[in-house]
Amino acid sequence: MADISTLRRILGTCRTIAVVGLSPQWHRPSFFAAKYMQAHGYRIVPVNPGTSEILGERSYPSVTEAARVLAGDGTCIDLVDCFRRSEDIAPIAQEAIAIGAKCLWMQLGVVNEDAAAAARAAGLEVVMDRCVKIEHARLFGGLNWAGVNTKVISARRPQQLPY
Amino acid sequence: MSSKDDQPGADHEYGFGTRAIHAGAIPDPVTGARATPIHQTTSFVFDSAEHAASLFNLQTFGNVYSRISNPTVAVLEERVASLEGGRAALACATGMAAQMTALLAIVKAGDHIVAASTLYGGSVGQLGIGFGRLGIETTFVDPEDPENFRRAIRPATRALYGETLGNPLVNVLDIEAVAAIAHEHGLPLIVDNTVASPYLCNPFAFGADIVVHSATKYLGGHGTTMAGVLVESGKFDWGSPLSREKFPEMLEPSRAYHGVKFYETFGDFGYTMKARMEVNRTFGGALSPLNAWLILQGIETLHLRMQAHCRNTLQVAQFLHGHPLVAWVNYPGLENSRHHALAKKQFRAIDGRPGASGILTFGIKSADPARAGERFIDACQFLSHLANIGDAKTLVIHPASTTHRQLNAQELARAGVRPDMIRLSVGVEDADDIIWDIDQALRAASR
Repeated sequence: MADISTLRRILGTCRTIAVVGLSPQWHRPSFFAAKYMQAHGYRIVPVNPGTSEILGERSYPSVTEAARVLAGDGTCIDLVDCFRRSEDIAPIAQEAIAIGAKCLWMQLGVVNEDAAAAARAAGLEVVMDRCVKIEHARLFGGLNWAGVNTKVISARRPQQLPY
Repeated sequence: MSSKDDQPGADHEYGFGTRAIHAGAIPDPVTGARATPIHQTTSFVFDSAEHAASLFNLQTFGNVYSRISNPTVAVLEERVASLEGGRAALACATGMAAQMTALLAIVKAGDHIVAASTLYGGSVGQLGIGFGRLGIETTFVDPEDPENFRRAIRPATRALYGETLGNPLVNVLDIEAVAAIAHEHGLPLIVDNTVASPYLCNPFAFGADIVVHSATKYLGGHGTTMAGVLVESGKFDWGSPLSREKFPEMLEPSRAYHGVKFYETFGDFGYTMKARMEVNRTFGGALSPLNAWLILQGIETLHLRMQAHCRNTLQVAQFLHGHPLVAWVNYPGLENSRHHALAKKQFRAIDGRPGASGILTFGIKSADPARAGERFIDACQFLSHLANIGDAKTLVIHPASTTHRQLNAQELARAGVRPDMIRLSVGVEDADDIIWDIDQALRAASR
């Protein structure tokens, strides 16, 4: 279950995000999400075999290839964010397990229980049917400005500014 | 901290009173201020040209201009979204602005609305005449039989519209039945939940898709401040086979805002974003931060006030029901009301009886009941004669000569407004005092 404390832990500890299926077109949801996360301090690693660079970052043909190249300068991929159809998630989950990612994240509308079970069995955290940008803005501030019911109730002062 | 009832790994579900006080209002991240700050500013600085571009493209969340969004207004929006069990909300300058914005987000010239004939008179005017001038036609149907909504649906219909509790007829809409008819046709049901308030009824729980409020009434509760709110459930599928052809503007690149595809980009709060960016931003119905803050002060006691309104109103209704000078009483909280069963189904129980809110109507026994009604109002000591409802003070009015005077005889009959009808909005003063004032005014009116 993706409760608030779990999501806070995932988004608070993962710093490098491989975005599988990231589009180079500015108006696509994957671009919206990746641009937002990049602006909030995350390293974005595009995974899209059809293009060479997105958001100023080199694009890789696969998660495995991205992890291999990034290992050269000591960078680990923490979170694998999937903008792919539910039925295409299983091999991505296997790659995420193989490269030692901490979290397998499936975007809104993406649900694959078998892939989730495999990732969990390998010790990964799994989030399904959620948008990484919306959850970040929900829990760390920003989404509330759009009138959205964040369900965050707290008497503690947030320890980071919401922008 | 989670209670023993929570599922492992699930967030704690907070109760209504806690959400009425806390939802949307965490401490200020910069100052630690616990009360919601009043951000009385028109505009917000951009950090850079790049930041400005991201904000305008809606790629990052933030504030640009208070006609679009404002952090104080946003607290009210999230508060009401939470209390309704909805996904997102948009606050507007008034309830009428919220209703207009809720509809204009999905209807345009050539489209059609099916609405309850028993709507508040101002709403009948907005839909019937105001929207008519824009080329949007509304068919008003008797909501007593939900099938009347089905019979009026046409290919051009884009929404069904009703009130949880009508005003002033205090009739109860069968939300579940009308929602089912709407969904069979791929249409959203919009419900004005002003009179019930989210404490007594959550229309989303019965299948409504969009809720609108005049926050001027029970949400504020103090009769000082105008405001309106629209809320979306987040459950209506604008992309379903039945709906996608009716609402292409939810799916296609927006001509009114930078080519954004609202449903694809924002998903279950895409409708609210569309209402915010395409309608409220361009039609200018924004709520002021100070007014949002004043409504928030009221909402903190909504759950306590609604209990008191329901208890007082039931006592007043029972008193009037047995009064020798009273011809009839209409209050769905009374067991003899034809809407009592629906009230029991849809409204939160207060002391084991359906909480039917604070509005009731009655008529005076008299050879000239309309004149007796006017004399009754003139004889009241502390019951206030004014055109509002949902105040902490008890309010009294004669609809036929005031709120509904622009309606012709046929429209009055359709709205269920009898010439002798007196409407009470029962406040939270001492019930004994309210009953005393009514009793002495009834005696004065019959002299």
